[in-house]
Amino acid sequence: MYKISKSNLSALFAKIAGSQELFLPVRNAGQVNFAQWEEDAEVALDVLKTVKSPKDAFFPQSENLYTCMREKNKLSITPEELQNKDFVVFGMKACDIKGVDVLDKVFLSDPVDSFYAARREHGTIVALACNEPEESCFCKVFGIDCADPKADVATWIVGEDLYWNSLTEKGNALTEVVKDLLEETDDAKVKEEQEKIRATVEELPYMNLSLDGWDGNALSEKFDSPLWDDLYKPCLACGTCTFVCPTCQCYDIKDYDTGHGVQRYRCWDSCMYSDFTMMAHGNNRTSQMQRFRQRFMHKLVYFPANNDGMYSCVGCGRCVEKCPSALNIVKVIKAFQKQGGDK
Amino acid sequence: MQELISRAKELLADGTVARVLGWKAGDLPYNPEPAYFENADELSEFVYNAFCGANLSKYMIEASKKDGKTLVFLKPCDTYSFNQLLKEHRVDREKSYIIGVGCKGKIDVENIRKQGIKGIKTISGIEMSDDTDTLKIDTVYGAKECSYASAMLERCHVCKGKEHMVYDELIGESKDTVDAERFAEVEKIEAMSPEEKFEYFQKELSKCIRCNACRNVCPACSCRKCVFDSNKFDSAQKANVDSFEEKMFHIIRAFHVAGRCTDCGECSRVCPQGIPLHLFNRKFIKDINEFYGEFRAGEDAETVAPLTDFTFDDREPGEGRG
Repeated sequence: MYKISKSNLSALFAKIAGSQELFLPVRNAGQVNFAQWEEDAEVALDVLKTVKSPKDAFFPQSENLYTCMREKNKLSITPEELQNKDFVVFGMKACDIKGVDVLDKVFLSDPVDSFYAARREHGTIVALACNEPEESCFCKVFGIDCADPKADVATWIVGEDLYWNSLTEKGNALTEVVKDLLEETDDAKVKEEQEKIRATVEELPYMNLSLDGWDGNALSEKFDSPLWDDLYKPCLACGTCTFVCPTCQCYDIKDYDTGHGVQRYRCWDSCMYSDFTMMAHGNNRTSQMQRFRQRFMHKLVYFPANNDGMYSCVGCGRCVEKCPSALNIVKVIKAFQKQGGDK
Repeated sequence: MQELISRAKELLADGTVARVLGWKAGDLPYNPEPAYFENADELSEFVYNAFCGANLSKYMIEASKKDGKTLVFLKPCDTYSFNQLLKEHRVDREKSYIIGVGCKGKIDVENIRKQGIKGIKTISGIEMSDDTDTLKIDTVYGAKECSYASAMLERCHVCKGKEHMVYDELIGESKDTVDAERFAEVEKIEAMSPEEKFEYFQKELSKCIRCNACRNVCPACSCRKCVFDSNKFDSAQKANVDSFEEKMFHIIRAFHVAGRCTDCGECSRVCPQGIPLHLFNRKFIKDINEFYGEFRAGEDAETVAPLTDFTFDDREPGEGRG
């Protein structure tokens, strides 16, 4: 275990950024999102939740796949280069790290997504424990301990210091880079802080949310429930929940007309959108109720059915905070509980 | 609130309305959701408090397609949107029973969070019957408080007024919440150099995640198929492909709702990235006022709006450009 004074963090960031790209929570026009570190960046480690999750670091909202160019009678196709430089994502919370586990299941299983795999290979994750979890958090429900995040390096802010503990080979390599700035210490302070965080977690309103009845086998009973007919009604069919979510992984592939060619890119898609998974024959979900149901069935039934019981919700609570109509996955889970019997 | 519930029950019971459109209590103190109620039992979950900012007018487009009348609760500012939708033949007045509800200004939990208040358990001072200027907030990190005004939505600081523009009956008192100049922010931007303006909007709009919440919540955005969703055009992009795209979406939207936007402020309320989108629309409103005389979209459902009218006295393009 090492530590560094908070007042010295900009030196730490400069040191990391000297050897590779560094992404961390930065305040821009009043909002905190993960962004590349620059000397004058307003780093905001005190903000619990970035608006968007950090999944962009591995699965950007929009990325080029290849470019077609027409020059006279010749057509050239240039594939986009894969990530080939190392980078660091600093300050990821335990829920968002679990979100990356979910993305790994999707993109690293056969057929492997080479764009994603390259980013995972070159990325080092520095986790940050959640000092002050909030009322919208429910990570514990998914077995996540926000006081003990697991990544390449785990860090804790306690008082005026940041504590640093390397957990993997990638973490050791990064620790070597910044070792001059760190001083060795024991983990007593961290242990104390962890107890404090865990005690706070117990007080949060969603901590006892029960997932009883939600699993890979619940397909028909959940799918056919009449509850969906009411639950979806306030939904505006915007993509906020899906775009702030650390685990939503659906994407679309589109062409951008550059005037003298085509840029083929992929971008996040949202199951809330009317043309989601539209095919030549039309669309297999024709109502907003069906699209709304899809999101929650995917997270709580289809995903666990295909991934050894792993849910694709990590309880980060961003949808709780951001849905314009105040809908969210917690309300859905509770609505089914309230119904009783028909879990 | 009890008065609203009782009246709703009466109107359901005597068959005047087939359903009620209002707000349902959430599972946190600040997240009530728009909801339909079809019987007296369901109305036990009805709520109307300081967090019921959602403008229900747009939901009346769908409600107008249902059988029977829908009772809808509208705040004074919501009635401007309803009138505008009426003018555009998007809602059916015959299918609507409007109870105009009093409003003391609506609040946004984001504005409470911005003051460093987190881990919210309960908030008091949000009921219509509460006569207080202070919100008392119990959090997992201790008792906090902030002023009601500091938590209010931007639109309430420049409130249109306490009058409902269309209604069948009125319940509840409204409060004067104005403490800012409506066009002050627009004037600040007008005074900027072109470079400063560009930088300002670039910074704000670079946060856009193209979630379409602003568009989908907007009562003026009621096209059945938005050009940005149509797969028949290149404009149907789901992400910002370059830095021009993010501006194009918002600028086109602002042009499309110009003269029809009632300045209800829903776009800014719902933006997950806190982009002050209402400023675009308010600039148009200010220009229209200056060019054609004071005009408020939604004040009534009949007046021909300046941008859809032609007179020989209309300004010529470029005229009076300073």
